[in-house]
Amino acid sequence: MGNQFRSDDSVGVLIARELANNKDPNYDIVEHQGDGATLMDLWSGFDNVIIIDAVSSGSEPGNIFRLDANEQKIPTEFFNYSTHAFSVAEAVEMARTLGTLPKQMILYGIEGQNFSNGTELTEPVRQSMQTIIEEIILSL
Amino acid sequence: MKQTKTLKVDYLARVEGEGGMTVKMSGDKVTEVRLNIFEPPRFFEAFLKGRSYKEVPDITSRICGICPIAYQSSSIQAMEQILGIEVNEQVRTLRRLMYCGEWIESHALHMFMLHAPDFLGYQDAIELAKDHPDEVKLGLFLKKTGNDLVNLVGGREIHPINMRVGGFYKLPTKAELNSLLDNLKKARDGSIKAIEFLATLEMPSLERDYEFVALRHESEYPIDSGRIISNKGIDIDISQFESHFTESHVEHSTSLHSKVIERGNYHVGPLARFNLNFDRLPLSIQSLAKSVGLEPECKNPFKSILIRGIELLYSFEESIRIIEQYERPDEAYVVHEPKAGVGYGCTEAPRGICWHRYEITDDGSVATARIVPPTSQNQGTIEDDLRQFVSENINMPEDDLTWRCEQAIRNYDPCISCSCHYLKLKFEQV
Repeated sequence: MGNQFRSDDSVGVLIARELANNKDPNYDIVEHQGDGATLMDLWSGFDNVIIIDAVSSGSEPGNIFRLDANEQKIPTEFFNYSTHAFSVAEAVEMARTLGTLPKQMILYGIEGQNFSNGTELTEPVRQSMQTIIEEIILSL
Repeated sequence: MKQTKTLKVDYLARVEGEGGMTVKMSGDKVTEVRLNIFEPPRFFEAFLKGRSYKEVPDITSRICGICPIAYQSSSIQAMEQILGIEVNEQVRTLRRLMYCGEWIESHALHMFMLHAPDFLGYQDAIELAKDHPDEVKLGLFLKKTGNDLVNLVGGREIHPINMRVGGFYKLPTKAELNSLLDNLKKARDGSIKAIEFLATLEMPSLERDYEFVALRHESEYPIDSGRIISNKGIDIDISQFESHFTESHVEHSTSLHSKVIERGNYHVGPLARFNLNFDRLPLSIQSLAKSVGLEPECKNPFKSILIRGIELLYSFEESIRIIEQYERPDEAYVVHEPKAGVGYGCTEAPRGICWHRYEITDDGSVATARIVPPTSQNQGTIEDDLRQFVSENINMPEDDLTWRCEQAIRNYDPCISCSCHYLKLKFEQV
């Protein structure tokens, strides 16, 4: 998830592209820009889903948050978009309420530092990107 | 000394963009109402200057993630007017089909996810889904069919890229469009169920003598073209907008306020369209509307949720009609050369008329651009609604009054991001 032209906000998209290079036929990779209602359609029919997005929680840049949607509520202020009325967190909680949450769902949040216009990641976020790619490849 | 009170919502939820509300009261009088808009201004009109006319639809589509097609369509209409391009009827109806997709996405999201919780006393759609899962699933399904339409005709769901000055980059095949028909027909039937559900909602009482402004087409329910009319005598070509409407800056908003020069605040959106174009709806939809207590002139803004349902049903029927009659044109777009001129565009975004004016130079560069989005046109009217609603309900407990005021703001499905090219709620007892 993310906007590729908003610096650190692009980290989810860049990780997806790196994973796509592995061409593992066992998983599908989708880049998505925001709308939570559409997100529920995207994961429909899949048992194992990983969502990766930048977050802005006020913690140290590059911090990695790993949330298991099947074990905990996703805080709505966490994956939030001021211009989107229905966020990622709300999509997860709506799916939980409707009984349509995939059997396994992990959300990775990477604390961003710079969300201004641009296509470069800051160094702490770039390092975390590599950590997450390695962790995901090992887990699959 | 009179008792003073302020009702405040610092940060409005379930709206697009960043804004809030302040209502100040002294005794039994409302002394001040402000819809505060603090979404940063976005300067689209300024940075369109110097860009090629060809880029304008792709840039303006970025103004909004919910109604990009409105911005694309109005800007393309203006450019094609300047360049003397007339697209063939199949291309025009294909554009109307994509626009129906945007109405479906936007109305379904607003009715079920953003506005229905207000009527039923839920904090949000997730709470609503606990007690009304079938209705929420239906809302999500209806929205999805809109997404699928935009995806197919527009090239992608958000900020579609397939429409261009002169036509489209790539035309869908009849078979591709036909693949959507089954779901569109299910969604059409579903939208009738949605209207029946919405008709059970208790509507707060508020009636106002609005000046409704909408497009009016010679035969169609207005979406992509028409004259600008009002119930108080306006009936003009879209090029005459600036002679009848004016925009001004107010301190508490980064979005301009628009007014009818002679009369003041006015109302755009589903309620205006419905009241001014009821006779343009198919008879079957007119009958259904009457059966749920809707007919012109409807002056209760809370009923806009039900009218969105009517427009949703219309969008499905219109989409099915267009697809069934579609024959793929030979040419995707009209080849043309740039030339200097001034052009106007005006289409019905889900929230109301979206008016554009451009001046381009000989080489096709934009010299000036002006964009008037729906939410800036409704801002003054939203404040008037709040003033009257609070005045009529001044003794209501503060929490309930705040709740109703937020609900009243959402009657307009305000898109703050668009208007700044704006919501938070604030009540003060002063």
